[in-house]
Formats: sequence, C-alpha cells, structure tokens
Amino acid sequence: MKTTLRRQRAPIVQSIRVDKISGATRLVRAIRIVLAVVYAILSLLPVLWIGMTAFKSRPDATAVPPKVIFKPTLEGFVSLLTDRAILNEARRQELLAHADELPWYQRLMVQQGMEITGPSQYVSRLWNSFIIAGVSTVAAVVLGLLAAYAFSRFPVPGKGDLLFFILSTRMLPPVVVTIPIFLMYRQLGLYDTHIGLILLYTVFNLSFSVWLMKGFLDEIPREYEEAALVDGYTRLQAFFKVVLPNSLSGLAATTVFCLIFAWNEYAFALMLTTDRARTAPPSITTMLGRGGIEWASIAAGSLGFLIPVVLVTFALRKYLLRGVTFGAIRQ
Amino acid sequence: MAFWNKTPKTDGDPLLRPLPRRRQLSDRAILWLFIAPTLILLVAMNIFPLFYSLFLSFTDYSAISASPPVWVGLGNYQRVLSDKQLWTYFAITGRYALAAVGLETLLGFGLAMVLREKFHASGFITTLILVPMMLSPVVVGLFWKLIFNPQSGIFNYLLGFAAGQGPDWLRDPKLALWAVVIVDVWMWAPFVMLLCLSGLNAIPEYLYEAAVIDRASPWFQFWRITLPQVAPLLLIAVLFRTIEAFKAFDLVMGLTGGGPGDATELIAVNLYRIAFPPQFQTGLGSALAYIILVLIVAISNLYIRTLNQIRGEV
Repeated sequence: MKTTLRRQRAPIVQSIRVDKISGATRLVRAIRIVLAVVYAILSLLPVLWIGMTAFKSRPDATAVPPKVIFKPTLEGFVSLLTDRAILNEARRQELLAHADELPWYQRLMVQQGMEITGPSQYVSRLWNSFIIAGVSTVAAVVLGLLAAYAFSRFPVPGKGDLLFFILSTRMLPPVVVTIPIFLMYRQLGLYDTHIGLILLYTVFNLSFSVWLMKGFLDEIPREYEEAALVDGYTRLQAFFKVVLPNSLSGLAATTVFCLIFAWNEYAFALMLTTDRARTAPPSITTMLGRGGIEWASIAAGSLGFLIPVVLVTFALRKYLLRGVTFGAIRQ
Repeated sequence: MAFWNKTPKTDGDPLLRPLPRRRQLSDRAILWLFIAPTLILLVAMNIFPLFYSLFLSFTDYSAISASPPVWVGLGNYQRVLSDKQLWTYFAITGRYALAAVGLETLLGFGLAMVLREKFHASGFITTLILVPMMLSPVVVGLFWKLIFNPQSGIFNYLLGFAAGQGPDWLRDPKLALWAVVIVDVWMWAPFVMLLCLSGLNAIPEYLYEAAVIDRASPWFQFWRITLPQVAPLLLIAVLFRTIEAFKAFDLVMGLTGGGPGDATELIAVNLYRIAFPPQFQTGLGSALAYIILVLIVAISNLYIRTLNQIRGEV
C-alpha cells in the first residue's frame, strides 16, 4: 500500500540528480559548513571577549592566564559612567556600616574603597553622540532623498559628472579635509560646537545617501507617478503620495547606515572638538590615560558602543551589500 | 480699430474663460530645488575647503601662530618630497595596504567560495561574519589592544603560548604592523566576501552546465568561469580597500597610536601629527595632504569607473 502511494506522488520536475551526489560531494559540503562555522566563531570571539571583560572585576579582567569563568559584576559599567573619589578608611567604615541603605551602584564602589561623586564625562559624551548622529542623519537622509529623486527622474544636465563629483567627496580622507575646515570653523566660531559637527557629518553622509537612495528610487517604476500625474496630481503631490510611501524600506536602510557612520566617526570629532561637543569615540581612547588601565570599563564602553551596531547589522542584512557599495550593486 | 484687436466677449461664458492656472512648480524648478541644497553643501564643505588648503599648501603658516600665511611657492612640496622620514611613512603605508588588501582578498574570496552554496542557517552565519565590518574602527583598535596583551590577552593564549611567553604584538616593532594588518583583515575580509558572494551568485548556472557537458574539470571551471565572472566585483573590493588603506587612521590610533617608535606610523596618522597638535604646521600639512589626495583621487577614479561599468551591466 505504502509503496503504491509513494509511486503516485507528483513527478520530480526539477532534476536534483540524487544519483550524482557522491560521498565526496557530501564530504566537501560538510567541510564547507564546518569551515564557515569555525570562521564565524573565531571572528566573533574578540567581540565575545569584550562582552565578557565588560562584566569582569578589575583583577579578573587582567588575570593571567585569561579567565573564562568569572563572577560577573557591573563594576566596569559603574566606573565608566561615574566620577569617583577615593575614600579614607574612617569614611569607608562609616559608609559600609550603612551599606544596605545605599543604592547598589554606590555600594559596589564603596566596596572598592571609592565613593561616587556624580556622572562621568562619558555620559555627556554619549549624549553628544546621540544628538549629533541623530540630527545629521535626518538632514543627510532628507537632502539625499530629494537630490536622489531629481537624479533618478529628471534629465539633470551633466548627470554623470555630478554624481561622480558627489561620490568623490566621500573618498576624501578625513584628515585632509579637516585642515581647512578646522581653520574655517575657528573663524566662524563653529569649532567644538554641535552645529559644526552636525554640518560636517551631514555633508559626509550626504554623498552616500544620494547614491544609496538613487538606487532605491530607480527601482520604483516611473509608471506609478505618471499615473498619478495623469490623475491630476502635481509633481510634488506625486512625490509625497506615491514615491515616498514606496521608498520607505530604502529610506530606513539609508537612515540606519548614516546613523552607523555618524555614530562610529572618530577622525572629525577628534580634530574638531575638544570638550563641549566631543562625541564618545574619541573620548573612549583618552580614558586609557587616567588612573591605570581600567580594562573592564573600557570594555564596558566598547560594548555599549558595539551592541547597537551588531543588532543593526542583523536588521540590515538584506541591504548590507547595497550599503557598502553606495547602492551600486544589488542582490 | 482693426477687427483683430477686438477681444471676444467671454466674461459671461464659463466655457470660454481661460482655466485658472494651477499654482505648481515646473519640473525644472523642482529639479533644482531638490538638488541645490546638496550641491551647495558639498561645495561649501568640500570644494571650498580644498581650494583653501591648496592655497595654504603654498604658504608657511601655523594655525596657532598669529602671523598670517607667508607665500613660499613650492617650498612645502619640496620639503615633503625630500623628507626621508615621510618616504618611510609612505613605505609603511604601502606595505600595510599590500599585506592587508592581499590577505583580505584571499580570505574574503575563500569565505565566499565556502558560503556560496546555501546550507541550513547559512544566511545567519554570513551575517555573523559580517559583523566586524560594521564596528567603529577606533573602538575595535582599542579592544584588540586588550586581546593582544601578552599577559592577559586571549590572542597569544589561543595561539598556544603560555602567559607572558608569546610575542608582544604591539610593542615589538617587527610585529606591530602585522598586528594592525591582522585586525584590519579581521574587520574587512567580510567586506570582500560580501562582494564576492554577490558576484558568485550572479554567475548564470548554464555556464557550469555547459562546462560539465564538455567535461571540463572543476579546476578549469574555476579558472575559466568562476574567476573571470567574479573579477569585476573583486576588483571593486580591492580598489575600495586600497583607498581605505591610504586613509587608515582610526584603527591605528586606537590600536598603536603609530608606535612602537614609528613602526605603524601610517601616512594619514603622520599627517594628523603634522597638521594638528603637537606640530601645527598647517602649511606643510596641507602640502602633504594634497600629495595624499592626488594619490587617492587617482585610485578613486579607477574605482568609480569600475563601479559605473558594473552598474551598466548588472
């Protein structure tokens, strides 16, 4: 009975050539999978290690040989985000006596012989990073969308050259561009201001967002708008009501890429800010200098910086290829 | 009065009245309205500064001195080109670019060949491998410092050295550049892989079918089908990474800061030192910047041209 049923199944349309899958082919396949998995694990090991170090206590972080199993603690994060004063013995005993009444982060530091005096600079630097990355991304994406639409739909005179010019600005090394910008900003009073960095990041991301958005807009059939125009929409109405809703996923991808670039940017921030508008990346490196090497808090700072990017990488997986090639290559 | 000057009375007849012109922008106006902000910003923030620094490169000027720029003609360029130290830094950058881009190409292409055929969860694994590429280079440099630490780092540990017995990657002048290359490869081999994967996926199946019918060996198929078909994308990856290698700044600043001595002093890092604190030799820095710029523009040209070719084909 069973055998007849099996025979009655639909014929195999696509040849999968079961007869040809030899042992050797299967072995090669297995080797491929093993290689891929091993590489993935090895390449994530450093990130994993940072994740672990962030939760280590100070002695554990520099233990010899490296410790894989340890008691997790939030010391690193607390010391990253706070300023502390070293306690004298009397004050320490006094605070320890009331340890239960203290908030957990204060207790953690008192056990180390320190007292939290307030939030650290790093908190305000992170805040700067948020604001500067956020505002510049919105500006770059909006301007990029408009320009990309024009390039995608209208016969712009000298289109190829203009697009070429736009992309070439992205290729300039930051250090080269910054020398004159530094002087300009000093004249204009934009040095070490949020506006100054926002402006620069906007321009830096603009070329990218024009190219990426143009790729996305090129994929929306012109017929949609033409139908809308025939129906009596103006060009602007057609843009807002037809093109925009159709480009939302592209817009989202562009936004996230711009956010990552602005969030990760180091060179401009290092050269054009000192304190007020300084973002997190250049300040993580200067943390090394003060009070010995606090690996746990550096790891904590790095981790806080990496996690959003790792998550975003997964959210963007469909668009990564486009993103890294300025929208030129699609899957 | 000639009869043709008489306008017909149309006031009363709504059908004959000219339609009220809808207030709307012409396509031409929209075009310029949409493009202008971008172009103005790019010119103001990229082109104008470049001309400004071109001028500065012909002057003796320091950003921290009160005296205005003094015209010295080609003096700065002469100084840069005759400075043996700077040639050393160019050579270090070249060595770094060659090693990093070479290894990235090999590893990236290899990974692409491995991940080419889909298997269970291959998409997930591909994304995992791509993660390092998206991270902040300076933060990456910083935490690799911990990983390279000869006492408590895991790098030597994984290589099988006992604590303190292995090489001190970041303090040994012979190894430091290799340490930078290792981290760079870790970050960017996935980029090459990503491009190669897309190239491999685009190869039409019938080419291989034809090859099988002709009894071509796998080796022959690889050299005559796979490689030539992936070549344009591989070239893009290589050019892009080469440009980036000459711009490399963040990673080195995080990892070695140019040291030990000047073993990892890449040209961009040295430019920073010349033009910004501590030296603040703005004029000289601008001249060096221009020399680097010409180099990068030359490679970029090639890159964008290849990109455009691919755009046309794909």
